[in-house]
Amino acid sequence: MPHTVRIEDTGVSYACAPRESLLEGLHRLGLRGIPVGCRGGGCGVCKIEVLAGEFHTRAMSRDHVSDDDVAHQRLLACRVYPSSDLSLKVIGKLQTKVCTPLAIR
Amino acid sequence: MAMTGVLRPGHAQVRVLDLEESVRFYRDVLGLVETGRDATGRVYFKCWDERDHSSYVIRQADSAGLDFFGWRVLDTATLDKLDADLQAYGIKTERIPAGEMLETGERVRFTLPSGHVMELYAEKSKVGNGIPLVNPAPWSKARDHGIAPIRLDHALLYGPNVAEVQKIFTEVLGFYLVERVLTPDGNGNAAIWLSCGQKVHDIAFAEYPEPGKLHHCSFLMESWDQVLRAGDIMSMNTVAVDIGPTRHGVTRGCTIYAWDPSGNRFETFFGGHLPYPDYETMTWTFDNFGQGLDYPQRKLHETFLSVVS
Repeated sequence: MPHTVRIEDTGVSYACAPRESLLEGLHRLGLRGIPVGCRGGGCGVCKIEVLAGEFHTRAMSRDHVSDDDVAHQRLLACRVYPSSDLSLKVIGKLQTKVCTPLAIR
Repeated sequence: MAMTGVLRPGHAQVRVLDLEESVRFYRDVLGLVETGRDATGRVYFKCWDERDHSSYVIRQADSAGLDFFGWRVLDTATLDKLDADLQAYGIKTERIPAGEMLETGERVRFTLPSGHVMELYAEKSKVGNGIPLVNPAPWSKARDHGIAPIRLDHALLYGPNVAEVQKIFTEVLGFYLVERVLTPDGNGNAAIWLSCGQKVHDIAFAEYPEPGKLHHCSFLMESWDQVLRAGDIMSMNTVAVDIGPTRHGVTRGCTIYAWDPSGNRFETFFGGHLPYPDYETMTWTFDNFGQGLDYPQRKLHETFLSVVS
């Protein structure tokens, strides 16, 4: 069963299956210009902060995710998989793309 | 052309986040040949048609990226001379003993002003390509396993001080500048393509604030058809593809950029023009960089400029 992921910045919600990374679900929204990068946890462009909900992760580069980031659930969306409904905030390079209206991109 | 000095890209050592997942990717999807594992856990690969023991080495780490890029030089006298030349130029070098990498001789290691670690070496065991040297067949069954490129062709590295890097390659290591992209103001180079033989490039650099970044390691395919087949195999295996299949304006090479499971970009590359050292450098203005990157689409893909490991 897919979970519902809510982007608090924009109020947009999307469905994301447990086997699907948060980035795959986000990408399916089709927002133009989302910097989907390597999708392997290496490049760091898809950073988000999980505000609420359960999830599991796969390895991601510590160049982009510090211990402090892990403690505050600031993670790379391509390596986070939902175990329940989630809410998240977009941070870093991704934020300007997701939260900027189409007209001024 | 008589080839002396630095002969070719020899090896790249790349960090991965999950070793066994990466081994499966490089062996079964990219179609490299696994040639060994050492006591530190590194896994060694070569392309099927390469003769030396290894050209691509992976190591499990907590970040992705490039540890070092190694160059095969003609012989040990050349190795000693280039070591002395680098030191005379003011670059600190270090000797890595023979055997530190499997089947590889002594290496001379130094760090570029871009933050990338380079190595020179003269000896690596010749394990062959599985085809006899007498009456050789044009290919072996290994050509059909996965994408199966024929060699490690070049790398594109991102870091600062590209102008200084260019001087080291052209004034000390015997490379020449084949193509370049100018900075937006036209007063410097945003990116450079350097050759040590008659390939369109053996290494390329782009100006970037963070040092030591890997943009991609490139693997040579035998034809445009083989690049398209590589794209098919990437999709069959849900590999994260970045750009292509398309053709670069810079180099004229045909390409697909994609990422390994840890976010290290790689390229399947074919073609390119064949320069000589006396050829004049070809120049792209920054406003035509999109054409230089993706000639048919004329698009400066955002990921090309911003996604590195």
